[in-house]
Parts: sequence; structure tokens; C-alpha cells
Amino acid sequence: MNISENQKSMDRRSFLKVSILASGALVIGVGCERLAPANAMEQHTWKPNLYVRINTDGTVTIVSKNPEAGQGVKTALPMVVAECLNVDWQNVSVEQAPLDDRYGRQVLGGSRATPDGWDDLRIAGTGARYLLTAAAAKEWGVPTADCMAEKGSVIHKASGRSRRYESLLAVAATLPAPDVWDLKLKSRPEDFELLGTSVPGVDNHKIITGQALFGCDTRLEGMLYAIYQKCPVYGGKVRKANVDQVRTLPGVTHAFVVEGGSDLTGLLPGVAIVAKTWWAAQSARKQLRVDWDTSHSDSTADYDRQAEALRKEAGESLRTDGDVESAFDSAWKVVAASYYYPFVSHANMEPQNCTALFHESGQLELWVPSQNPKAGRQLISATMDIPEDRIHVNMTRIGGGFGRRLRNDYMVEAAWIARETRQPVQLQWSREDDMRHDFYRPAAWHHFTAGIDQNGKMTAFDHHFITFGSNGETASGAGLSPDHYPAGLVRNFRLRQSIIETNVPTGPWRSPGHSAYCWAYQSFFDEVALAAEKDQLEFRLDLLAKSYGKPPLDLERTRATLKLAAEKAGWRRRELGANRGMGMGFHFAHNGYVSHVAEVAANGSNITVEKVYAAADVGPIINLSGARNQVEGAVTDALSTAQLEITFANGAAAQSNFSDYRLLRIDQAPEIECHFIQSDNSPTGLGEPPIAAATPAITNAIFAATGTRIRELPFSRSGISV
Amino acid sequence: MSQVTLSINGQTHTVDVPSDMPLLWALRDTLNLTGTKYGCGIGVCGTCTVLINGTPMRSCTMPAISMAGAEITTIEGLDPTGNHPVQKAWKEVDVPQCGYCNSGQILVASALLQQNPSPDDQDIDAAMAGVLCRCGTYSRIRKAVKRAAKYAAQEGGAS
Repeated sequence: MNISENQKSMDRRSFLKVSILASGALVIGVGCERLAPANAMEQHTWKPNLYVRINTDGTVTIVSKNPEAGQGVKTALPMVVAECLNVDWQNVSVEQAPLDDRYGRQVLGGSRATPDGWDDLRIAGTGARYLLTAAAAKEWGVPTADCMAEKGSVIHKASGRSRRYESLLAVAATLPAPDVWDLKLKSRPEDFELLGTSVPGVDNHKIITGQALFGCDTRLEGMLYAIYQKCPVYGGKVRKANVDQVRTLPGVTHAFVVEGGSDLTGLLPGVAIVAKTWWAAQSARKQLRVDWDTSHSDSTADYDRQAEALRKEAGESLRTDGDVESAFDSAWKVVAASYYYPFVSHANMEPQNCTALFHESGQLELWVPSQNPKAGRQLISATMDIPEDRIHVNMTRIGGGFGRRLRNDYMVEAAWIARETRQPVQLQWSREDDMRHDFYRPAAWHHFTAGIDQNGKMTAFDHHFITFGSNGETASGAGLSPDHYPAGLVRNFRLRQSIIETNVPTGPWRSPGHSAYCWAYQSFFDEVALAAEKDQLEFRLDLLAKSYGKPPLDLERTRATLKLAAEKAGWRRRELGANRGMGMGFHFAHNGYVSHVAEVAANGSNITVEKVYAAADVGPIINLSGARNQVEGAVTDALSTAQLEITFANGAAAQSNFSDYRLLRIDQAPEIECHFIQSDNSPTGLGEPPIAAATPAITNAIFAATGTRIRELPFSRSGISV
Repeated sequence: MSQVTLSINGQTHTVDVPSDMPLLWALRDTLNLTGTKYGCGIGVCGTCTVLINGTPMRSCTMPAISMAGAEITTIEGLDPTGNHPVQKAWKEVDVPQCGYCNSGQILVASALLQQNPSPDDQDIDAAMAGVLCRCGTYSRIRKAVKRAAKYAAQEGGAS
């Protein structure tokens, strides 16, 4: 048995269950049972996670339980089952599951679907293969050990006999399910045939022919369309609105005020306009007059002033190792620099939407592109007092997640409107709604001071982190772990934190925190390395040579990605010429290790990011095409986001569309070369790990090419354009 | 409300729409042709692109009633079997991440190849810069357009 360590250490183990359907199809379910039940009542409670169905025509149906937003799980995870079941990928079809407790965790977040599913997917495929092999052996009256499975058949080599899986289903159903601990699971690249190859996405055909897939493509008989106008200042209440007048406008069927609550992640106060087409609802919005009740007036200028004042304070101490002050006193050199990055938006291409149908029976049915539909169901249940078992959630394909859709505000809004109208209704946010009512990645200031000894080694590191929050607690997505590197890599280390109170909604944004502060750390390391008169690669490898106490990341895996990215880029081996430069960065997040080296060319202050060399260690690669796609997308996202900012004035976001939040276009996109170290670890997801280090690799390269050190984002604040 | 007869993917549809309703919403809400996607509503992101007499246009800002007499091609009509050279290349190169912008991207690429059967990177960038991809699949779009050009040349040679 070679189930990965994460399962061995838990008080649970997986079990297989086998059943046969009326159609003759064989269903293999994988679930877990507690090994040491906390009490007798819990004994033998089997919680399923996954189902695989082998049909009588030889096809295999694999249920994809997680939300798909372009991160590729709907293709990659079923590939694991097909690999272990030894069936042709051509014979596999993938079905999107609805939200159902039978499937366990159904969340897109934390790059966790792959590591969470790795054992169960392999157990399902391998268990089914063992079962079918045993069934053939029984039919032939030969030992199971003499039979083997290959491409959807069981073969008895000695006699040359073979049986297709579909002819063995009825026999297999009569056999006991194999014990999970007896299964030998494939786990290394050398074991794989399908895994590690490039498999195009299972929804590609539907996407390229324009078939309905996304949340906003949902169409129901008699469906109405809604918009929901909220106060531009977060949480503002409706004092008065001219809904009686709006209701008379062309195409409008309903217009009403929703009282809502004060939780920024829940149902906020607003006005719903429902019409026969979305355009009619949106046009009616122009005639809507609302008197809002709000007292908040947060602004970027005010945040800047507060941050400047807090900078002079000591802040709250989050971690102290050794004695930073004494180390500075005895240092050969002391280097200090400050970094700032702004709020940014998720800007999903598919604006938030949800379709809802409130049945006469009191049942509520929803079609939603959510990264966490279960949390949405809970939110609706709590807000509208509908038991969760009366809420059915269909999970549609998602037009971009990036963390925005871990929040379900659009879901509870649609549900509320559908209960009012008693007709199927699709709530579609406008682009402006989407950008003004995001849960932004929070801005922050990082004030660093480092001490260097005469060997060029960093001996002390002081970090004052100024972030956002409320009531003394950091806001969602605004925290920083005291154990984050360089803690543990420097003998004398101090982390201090100050918090600016905010009323702006914040939340996780692709690799939350990491995608922002990695840029500050890795840029500052560049400055320290220069002061230390060390090569950037050498300085970083030295930093990763030794830890003080528990290492904050796997030093060897990190070093290996750095060395590989540098080698592929030809670091210090290639003459770059004038006005060109390379920069690097490493990072560890969500169990993935990724380093980048960027190469840029400068024409004055205008930069072309020509190429980014990525080296990632996320364990074995499942779908090579999907894996590369995530790395390519993350690097592009990093370059795009480094040129963007959301600012606030009078309590509201100042940007509202792609005209003032200008995402990167194809003519600015770099070439990206991906390299994977398929280390001997369980695989992890790639949606998040590759983004963080790409930003500093690019800005460090810009410094190398131009001498301009970018200490503030977006680039325009440093006079740089791409 | 105004009545207009639209020619979409070779079929005619007579619809009653508000005179200012963009073609995008006539397609999506009146005709249930949801392959054309809403992105920005101001003609900036290119997600809603359709072909008007073969030329890529943004459907979110053009009133539907102004399209009488025009040949409109949406993603549903490019090739419903998915065998247009751009569609084939798109599938094989595995361009889609979320896939939401792809209808617009594919239609712009197909129009580019009509104009320029063998575009280089610069030609591709110039033609495709009008359509945003938030997932950042740009390097694959370049690759897919080049592969599509090859397929189109082969098809042209065979006929």
C-alpha cells in the first residue's frame, strides 16, 4: 500500500463500496470511515467522496465534483481514475456533479482539489481494476495473480484469453470490494501512461462551438432577468427609492427594495429591478433614484496618510527571533527599503451571476458559478430561513474564479429576488457592479531593514507590515503568517504589524497574500544582494542553505527550482547586451515550489517582458497541458496585475470597467517556458503556486535593464510602462 | 419596441426589441443564442465579438435594429461541428482555461485568417489585441492561430 502520507496520519481511512445499477452499470464509490470513532454512534459512518461508473457499453463515467473555473480539475482529476483503471481516455466521459454532501468537499480554493483527491481517485480506479480482474479470474477459474488489466480488458496471458470490462460487471458486483490497504497504487511518473501527457480540456468542444456551459448561459422557461443596485459605499442602506416609478418602465416586471443586513459577504441592502430582458432591467436602472444612508468615506489618500503615521510607530510584535537591534549595530552594512502595492480586483471575465427558481413547494433551485457553493447554500439558508435540504444547487462552469467566487453575495441576492418574484430569475451583475463590489486583494506597506555581515550573509531582518483590518483584526486576505520566510532563514528576525481600519470588502485573491507580499520580499532580497555584492542567484541559494529552527519551506526543493529556472534562462552565462536584464524570484505556497527568471528589454521607460522561465516542483504532473496552462496564465496574470490598481474615494471604488482597469492584452504578453521537477511528493494544485514569484522576477529584471527599482505598484507609479 | 429581421448564421429571425437594445442582448435574451458573451458592455473587452458581413464587431454596443440586412455570424454558426480550422486548432492547442472569452477570440482569429492566411506573431498580436483573456492564455492563442493557418492552407489546397 502506498497511500500518501497525508492520509496515513489521519484518523480516517478510505473504503470502497460497489453496487450495480438497474442498467447493469457498475458503480464504485470511495469514501472514508473514521478509524477511531469519537463515540460508538459514529462507528461505521461511511462518508462517500467520489463515484466512478463503468457502463455496459464499456464507457466509463467519472463524476467531477469540484467547481471548474479554468484551473483544469474537470480534466485532470478524471485522468487519475482512467490511469489507475487502465482504460482508454477516449472511453471516459466526465459529468459535472451538483452540490451534494455525498461528494465531500466541493470547493475551488487553496489549490487543494488535486492533493485532496489524489488518494481517493487512485483508490477508485485501482479498486475497480482489481475487482474486474478478480471477476475475470473467477470466470476462468485461474488465480487472479495470473491476470492483468489492459486498456479496458482483463487478459490471461497463459491462455491468451481476454474479456472486456463491460462483460464482467455482473460478476464483479457479486465479489467483495477490495481492501484499500491491499491496493498497490501508481504514484510515480515512471508508473504512468496517461498521466504526465497533454490532454485537452473535456469542455473544449462545447466552448469552441458556443454551447451553454456558464452560469450566465442558464435559460429556464419563463425566466426573468434582474439587476441588483447596491450602495457604492459598502453596506449603505436604502432610505428611499423610486421603485413605484421604475416598475412602470418598459419591460420591467418587478422593482423593490431589499432591506438586507450589514455583513459585507452576505445580503446587503439594495434595490432589485426585474424585467423580461436584462437590457430592460439595466435600462430601467438609469431611471432609478436611491437615497442612500451611509457614513463611510474611506479613501486611498486617507489610507496613505494613516500608513505614513503608523510607519513611525513600533506596531504589534508578531515574532522576534534573536536580537535584531544588536545585529544591526554589529552589521557590516544595513539596508532599508519600503514597498507598497495597491488594492486589486479579481475582474473575472464572467461577471457575477446566479439563476434561481423558487418552487411553489418551498424548494429553491439554483444554477451558479461559485467556487464554494456549499457556503452559498448555508448563507441562503441562514438569511432566508430555508432549510439547507430544500436548496438544490447546480454547479455551472465558471468564467474565472481567482478567489472572488469563494464569496456568494450574488447567490443570496438571486435567491431573495426569486422568492419575491415567484418566477425563475437570472441575476446578472453588470461589469460596473462586479468591479465596484469585489472583495479586493488588500493593499499593504512593507518596511524592511536588513543587516549584512562581511561575508555578504543576511544576519538580521526587521519587517514592519502595515495592512488593513477592522477592530484590530486583519481583514480577509490581509494577514501575514509570522512563520513566513525569511523567518527561520535569518538568525535575528522581527516582524511587526500595524492595521488600518477599513470598510472596504477584501478577500482571497489567487494565492492570497503570497501573490502580493512575495513581490516585496523578493525585490528587497535583490537590494540586499546588491549591497552584499553577491550574485542574485548565489545570494538566494545562500539564504536557503540553512534554517534556524523549523524551516519555513523545504530548502532543497526551493533551491532546486531556483537552480533550474536559472539554468534554463542561461543566468550569467548569456551576454544580454545593453538595456536588457534578467531578474529572479522564488516562492512556496499551497505546497508548490516555483521559481521564475524573467528577461526584459527596455526602450527608455517602456519595457518588453520577452520571456519568463518557470521552474516548478508540485510533485508528479497529472495533465501536462493543464499544468503548463496554469503556469503560463499565472505569469501573465502577474504581469497584468502589476499594472493595475483599485483606488477609493468617498468610500467607493473609483474604477468600474476595463476602460480604467486595463488588463494585459496579447501584444504585451511574454513568452513563457515551463519546466517541472517531478519530485517524489504527492502532487498539488497549480492554480496558485506559480503566480507569486513571477512579479518580482519581472521587476528585478526591469531594475537590471534600467536601474529603476520598482518599490511601488502599479508600474506607472515608478514611471514604467509595458 | 421596434421590429427587426436579423440574419444570423444563415437563418432569419424577426424580433421585437427596444430600439436601443444592443445586438448582444437580442442574441442572448431574445434568441437564446448564449454563445456570445457579455464582458464589459462598453466595447472594450471584445468578449462579445460577432462577425458582421465577415468583419469582427462588438455586439454589446451596436443596436440590434441597425443590423437589418447584415449577415451576422456568431460562434454557434462558425461551424457547429467544431471543424473550422480555428476551432480545431483551439481544441488541440488546448487554449481554453475558463473559456469565457473564447467565442470572441475564435471569431476574431477566423476573420484574421480570411484577411491574412499566414500571419506572424506581430500580425496576430495586432489583430487579437482587441479581445481580453483574463486567464492569460495569450501565448497559446498565438500558437493556435498559427496552427489554424496551416489547417486552412491544407483545406484550401485540397479543394
